[in-house]
Amino acid sequence: MIRFNQVHKRYPGGNYALRNVSFEIAKGEMVFLIGHSGAGKSTLLKLITAIERPNLGSVLVNSQNIGVLKDRARPYLRRNLGIVFQDHKLLFDRNVFDNVMLPLQICGFDYRESHKRVRAALDKVGLLKREKSNPIELSGGEQQRLCIARAIVNRPAILLADEPTGNLDAAYAQEIMAIFKSFHQVGVTLLISTHDSSVLRDTTVRTLELKNGELQSASTIAASGGAIQAASASPGQA
Amino acid sequence: MRHTLAQISGVLRRMFASPLAAFLNILVIGIALSLPAGMYVMLQNAQGLVVQLSGSPQISLFLNMNAKAGDIETLRSQLTQNPAIARIEFIARDHALEQLKQSTGLDDVIGGLNQNPLPDAFIVYPKPGEAQTLDALRSELAKLAKVELAQLDSAWAYKLEALLKFGRMAVLILAGLLSLALIAITFNTIRLQILTQRDEIEVSKLIGATNGFISRPFLYFGATQGLLGGIMAWFIISLSLLLLNYQLKALSELYASQFVLQPLSLGDSLSLLLFSLYLGWLGAWLSVARHLSQIEPR
Repeated sequence: MIRFNQVHKRYPGGNYALRNVSFEIAKGEMVFLIGHSGAGKSTLLKLITAIERPNLGSVLVNSQNIGVLKDRARPYLRRNLGIVFQDHKLLFDRNVFDNVMLPLQICGFDYRESHKRVRAALDKVGLLKREKSNPIELSGGEQQRLCIARAIVNRPAILLADEPTGNLDAAYAQEIMAIFKSFHQVGVTLLISTHDSSVLRDTTVRTLELKNGELQSASTIAASGGAIQAASASPGQA
Repeated sequence: MRHTLAQISGVLRRMFASPLAAFLNILVIGIALSLPAGMYVMLQNAQGLVVQLSGSPQISLFLNMNAKAGDIETLRSQLTQNPAIARIEFIARDHALEQLKQSTGLDDVIGGLNQNPLPDAFIVYPKPGEAQTLDALRSELAKLAKVELAQLDSAWAYKLEALLKFGRMAVLILAGLLSLALIAITFNTIRLQILTQRDEIEVSKLIGATNGFISRPFLYFGATQGLLGGIMAWFIISLSLLLLNYQLKALSELYASQFVLQPLSLGDSLSLLLFSLYLGWLGAWLSVARHLSQIEPR
């Protein structure tokens, strides 16, 4: 579903944000991207969403090569991705319902069908009763859930989340993680970046760890006690 | 389709969210459009007047003051034999003076004159022809014996016609300049809107909106604003004509004529509205093309 092949990314005049990163995420997998801030997590997500292009190497999403993607094709790539932003990026000039409606409007979805879908998405994140509210009235956790509802209303095959629990306390964070797990169960491919490995405590998931732009050996955090096992050797290690 | 309707209603809602600013914009566009369009209406009316007046051109032959009855008879037979002339009319000097007294009411002034200052005159109605042949005929008649002055009465109509051509060019230039101004106004309005909706545009791009989808509301806004400006211009012109006609009525009664300024025809009104709609759309399109690409998610 997502494949990085010896990807290098350097910002103009700056250091390498990513250095020789290679990995592959299969369809239906749930993967956590961990690392300290500035390790390159955001850059990696920006490459997948075609906000940035790699300087070297190739990024394949849905077998489309981001490096050579035409500007015109970019919107259609993004329609297959659900993106949960750390800063939510909600629109405060419209209510909760219309915020979730936006992706369906963009795709030109059938009007009546889209109403059903918006309600279903809001129900999934527990915000159905708030559909008439302005996002500004919602708490931080609710805003994050609204952002998730907007990301999944289009039923994307891939869900990307950038620090979805970054500003939330532990209880909210667990709530959000539970929602992600339910998507994982219905076959959505998830890539979730976080600097907070405490949310991983009670789950068994594959993780990718970035350190100064380089991928550490791919690993799995076991449910038992955080023991780290080396998984299949990644060609991207330093 | 429903999404398009939703977008248009969103545009209108946005417009009415700041009614004063929207109204001022529309007013400026309306005034800018009403200037050339109003001048065009005036020209059309003058054009109508010219056609009306130059319909039957005539040549007035004023005779020498010392022309005798015999001279007049010679001249009459010369004129009737001329193949270019349809008919003639003789106006004796005494009769002319009588007419002048009646039509102007200057009895006292004319009564005070020692002698009749008016010459005998023939009014010559040429057979229909071109302006050039009329002019040739006029010079031919001027050379006849005892003719003091030959005057082509519709000459002023031709001069007016030339003046109207000049006026039409002036309207065209004015319309061109003010159209540019209208495009500039829309360009700037849309630029400000794009800046204030930066967040929405950025999010929409991240969610997979095409440039076409993002541009559409702005194009609708520009076109709507242009159209409303056109309607405003139409009302400004109609109201002005109403006021002018009110004054003109008093004036034309003095001259015992029935002249009224005609309003914009249906076709011209539609052209005005379509043109203003198009200009608004064009200004918005230019602005969107220029500014939208500068907003990319980071």
